[in-house]
Amino acid sequence: MDVRFLLNGETVELQGICPTATLLDWLRDTRRLTGTKEGCNEGDCGACTVMVQDEAGARTMNACILFLPQLDGKAVRTVEGVAGPGGQLHPVQQAMIEQHGSQCGFCTPGFIMSMVCAHTNGETDFDDRFAGNLCRCTGYAPIIRAAEAAADEPVPPWLAEDVAVARYGADLFAPRSADELATVYAAEPEAVLVAGATDVGLWVTKGLRAPAPIIFLGGCEDLKTIDVTADNIRIGAMADMNRVRSVMGEYHPSYGELIRRYGSVQVRNAATIGGNIANGSPIGDNPPALIALGAALHLRKGADRRTIPVEDFFLDYGSQDRAPGEFVEAVSIPRQADRLKCYKLSKRFDQDISSVCGCFNVEVAEGRVVSAQLAFGGMAGVPKRAARAEACLTGAPWTSDAIAAAQQALAEDFTPLDDMRASAAYRLGAAQAFLARYFAESLGQVVSVLEVSA
Amino acid sequence: MSVTKPLPHDSAPLHVTGEARYVADLPVPAGTLHLAFGLSDVAHGENVSVDLGAVRAAPGVVAVLTAGDLPFANDVSPSVHDEPLLADGTVQYLGQPVFLVVAETHLAARNAARMGQIRIDALPALLTIDAALEADSRFEEGPRIYEKGDAAAAIAAAPHVVEGVFELGGQEHFYLEGQAALALPQEGGDMTVCSSTQHPTEIQHKVAEALGVPMHGVRVETRRMGGGFGGKESQGNALAVACAVAARRLGRACAMRYDRDDDMVITGKRHDFRIRYRAGFDGDGRISGVDFVQYARCGWAQDLSLPVADRAMLHADNAYLLPNARIESHRLRTHTQSATAYRGFGGPQGMVGIERVMDHIAHALAMDPVALRQRNYYAAAGGEGDFSAKNRASGGSISAKMKDNTTPYGMEVTDFELHGMTEALLASSDYAARRAAVAAWNAKNTVIKKGIAFSPVKFGISFTLTHLNQAGALVHVYQDGSVHLNHGGTEMGQGLNQKVAQVAAARLGVPPEAIRITATDTGKVPNTSATAASSGSDLNGMAVRAACDTIRERMADFLAERHQQDPQAVQFADGHVLVGTERYSFAEAARAAYEGRVSLSATGFYKTPGIEWDRIRGQGRPFYYFAYGCAVTEVAIDLLTGENRILRADILHDAGASLNPALDIGQVEGGYVQGAGWLTTEELVWDDAGRLRTHAPSTYKIPACSDRPDVFNVALWDGQNREETIYRSKAVGEPPFMLGISAWLALSDAVSACGADYPALNAPATAEEIWAAVQRVQHGV
Repeated sequence: MDVRFLLNGETVELQGICPTATLLDWLRDTRRLTGTKEGCNEGDCGACTVMVQDEAGARTMNACILFLPQLDGKAVRTVEGVAGPGGQLHPVQQAMIEQHGSQCGFCTPGFIMSMVCAHTNGETDFDDRFAGNLCRCTGYAPIIRAAEAAADEPVPPWLAEDVAVARYGADLFAPRSADELATVYAAEPEAVLVAGATDVGLWVTKGLRAPAPIIFLGGCEDLKTIDVTADNIRIGAMADMNRVRSVMGEYHPSYGELIRRYGSVQVRNAATIGGNIANGSPIGDNPPALIALGAALHLRKGADRRTIPVEDFFLDYGSQDRAPGEFVEAVSIPRQADRLKCYKLSKRFDQDISSVCGCFNVEVAEGRVVSAQLAFGGMAGVPKRAARAEACLTGAPWTSDAIAAAQQALAEDFTPLDDMRASAAYRLGAAQAFLARYFAESLGQVVSVLEVSA
Repeated sequence: MSVTKPLPHDSAPLHVTGEARYVADLPVPAGTLHLAFGLSDVAHGENVSVDLGAVRAAPGVVAVLTAGDLPFANDVSPSVHDEPLLADGTVQYLGQPVFLVVAETHLAARNAARMGQIRIDALPALLTIDAALEADSRFEEGPRIYEKGDAAAAIAAAPHVVEGVFELGGQEHFYLEGQAALALPQEGGDMTVCSSTQHPTEIQHKVAEALGVPMHGVRVETRRMGGGFGGKESQGNALAVACAVAARRLGRACAMRYDRDDDMVITGKRHDFRIRYRAGFDGDGRISGVDFVQYARCGWAQDLSLPVADRAMLHADNAYLLPNARIESHRLRTHTQSATAYRGFGGPQGMVGIERVMDHIAHALAMDPVALRQRNYYAAAGGEGDFSAKNRASGGSISAKMKDNTTPYGMEVTDFELHGMTEALLASSDYAARRAAVAAWNAKNTVIKKGIAFSPVKFGISFTLTHLNQAGALVHVYQDGSVHLNHGGTEMGQGLNQKVAQVAAARLGVPPEAIRITATDTGKVPNTSATAASSGSDLNGMAVRAACDTIRERMADFLAERHQQDPQAVQFADGHVLVGTERYSFAEAARAAYEGRVSLSATGFYKTPGIEWDRIRGQGRPFYYFAYGCAVTEVAIDLLTGENRILRADILHDAGASLNPALDIGQVEGGYVQGAGWLTTEELVWDDAGRLRTHAPSTYKIPACSDRPDVFNVALWDGQNREETIYRSKAVGEPPFMLGISAWLALSDAVSACGADYPALNAPATAEEIWAAVQRVQHGV
């Protein structure tokens, strides 16, 4: 494929590149820009963080799982392009020196890029901004001090100049609209669709696979729209997870909080809601929330469209209700009063895959449960509702006895697995605990360790 | 003076611009080849054979080597020649390198390495402590035992006894820069190796053996590592040797770096332990005897397991005077990665054992855990210690303590700082009020419980293998007054070069910018010890001081003679040299000395005085001194799910007279978070086949940014080393790691608010472990 982008302010045009060539390998091996580091090669450590800009603004991405065709028409900054033309340090670089924010220095370029991007955008929620950057030396404290010290400095003029460049040109495998995608995918139903590559990237860097052909979806602007009407919130499949967080956080704050802990900023900037649903993982965090909200999935093949409940999409482990050549176009969530609580259990709070994710939407009127949607990830081969527990609650008085009965029913709903994230017994115990937490929270108790302080 | 100044890391400007070079960043000659290992897929087996047809035919492959292709030694062990570079006949763990692919690119090598058809007759694998014990599979002939007094009799006579057993997990180093090496063949069969290693001399030694050349045929260079933490003390040998052998065979430069998953599957980690304890004590909490049995899972090769397990025994007392103690240590051989050095080197495991005992006793007596600890402390150092009146009153038998202030291995503790440090930290952290506030919170809240705990650290400084306590340096003063120096230590983030440069600047009276330290190089300083055991600045700082003093004396003698002054009166300060009334800039003085035909280059050497140690008898003075620290940590747990979080940590740490307080505080903050990670979220999981299931950051969770304490107060103790170390500073690399134990104890405290029974936590205290512990204290299950 062919691609054109700005690299540290200079136009780069590449012809005939391998579609799965990563930005990181190209920077380091071809361009000999070795400031950007390979730490894990799977998007989990952030040592390869770069800043990518286009009309939508500046954001961080992990270069190790970013394919070069995804950059067409964009501007990329690496750590080598952060200091000024005369070598003047960026305020975050200066602060990192003065605040002793680097020790071994290997994670530092990635941190610098996350800091530069946050600084550019005026973002100061540093714990979240840096959740995708691991440091093993400092304990993070001096890095936060550096970010805080630089926060009020003006954005240096040399960084204000980046603008997107014109895309290279038409490419059948880089459609510019849902219609173009529908056409090419119907013709090439065996093609692999790449949205943010946060999953397919690992097929390449860890699985050493060479999927082909690939259709890159990043140019389908009409798949990125988010429409909120009186009845529905309709989210295009290509909306990235930070945009999803922003809109869902407004209507269902607990869902927004779930997404805050989903991946990292870098991952969420690439990852899309459509990709998270379509890959069918039993531990994706969107499906339980969407199922609990009664969301619908809009699928399209060629000119044919159909809509199904999100929960019906997941047939079995590794199997979804999606025909060859059919793709997810959007998901829509009915507008409703907010009763949703999303509970994500993982070994680490930030940037960790759920061992169990439970999302609950229980309507109580006059002390009785009118309806209950209890959806779980990590408890079965697919994201799944707890049918028996829901039945147990529906119509029952909203009391701890009803919760206890529903907890018993959960043991019949699910037979979870043992793995390196959690034992089967703990998964079930935690799922039951989530019900107790939902009840305690409805009584106004403090139920999250994230909300307490010393 | 340049020492004691909080200067930034000397490489910081290079770190933040991406200019700092690591091994994989080095410009390489055209035609450089790239290497990858083909790995065993079973944990234990014999009759290993490999069908390499597909590997050789894979795109970009230049050569494939198996054990039979190695020209000389097939060994990368740092200790007893039991670690073949490539498996020969048998495999001993899942992930063991079996063959070596040499290819045109890193990706081609990785790709081809997966194509080997390895045939192995599988044998039963010993994967666990229980399996190894049952098979009596161990290093050394039997358990090692250190004893003081008669622990069994003391426990039998004690009014109260606690006992228990718990599991203590290992830890992946997760240095951000994976293992890497580059070999550059030279004329005449010589080899230059660039390695990400804490131990260039060991790399030189192993490469020389593998190439069949004397050590003078191999030069090893280490500019910096992207983190080490002990994981690059011996684990880089395989890559360096593989690169050197391939480079020799093919006449081309060879580079190798492990992909992260390979790194985690191939290399060793911190030893996991099981610790069994039994302790006798009186109603005031005074311990009369303790009996420990430590089981260390060492993996398949000996590596550094013996000194690691020794150090665990040597820290089984931590800060407490144990009148009677027995420590029995089993070094178990299993078919898993060969556990290796990791920050603290067994010390943390030993220390967790006695802190667990203290926690258990405090629970049994319903006594304040800090008061209990203070009651059992070693006696304060004579004269200067802040041994408070309060403590004297509660301490009881001071006279008895004065008679015996020795460790279980017979070393007298003469520098004990913790009485004063503890009182200072309790005050600065507002411990008493916060402990009451935690209790009040727990009385009110049914879902979220809080816990608070204090723990001290007393960590022995010196290599326990006495001969390693030496260092060398090479200092050049150029005729323009600039100074270039090398020493035997390596830079892995700890700021060693900056500290050493500050020492040199102080000795020569020049600003630190006048000092340039370049890559550690076996051709500059020979026969170095690993940069390990926290010894880097103690040993190398002294060696550099000696070299600088030699040059300074030569310059002083020369200038004094020229001006008919006493050489002793010549002063080096502020970038100038004062000789009587004459004032030279340092550059003028250097130029004058050069023209006066004075040698401006010198070596320096240092060996730690006063130490002697018999590791078999468990008697002697293995340590030159102790470094101290203490921490108070507050946590919250969710008793429904076991989720937990550190809310606040307060630390007071003893770095002696700090050479650089900024760098030392950096070690303390980072060490604490790494130590807390070890005991909380960092869980290594192997399956029944011996396959490590947590082999990437997606499944192995080191602390992330938000996991650091919300409130994090770190201060250095205002003291100085009672021994004559470099400017009376203390080693600081490892000791703060163990401050993280306070987080684990705080979790135990929080769980104990959920029910009457003792929580008996295992480590790591993941959310799942906390959840299980809550079930135990609530329901006895």
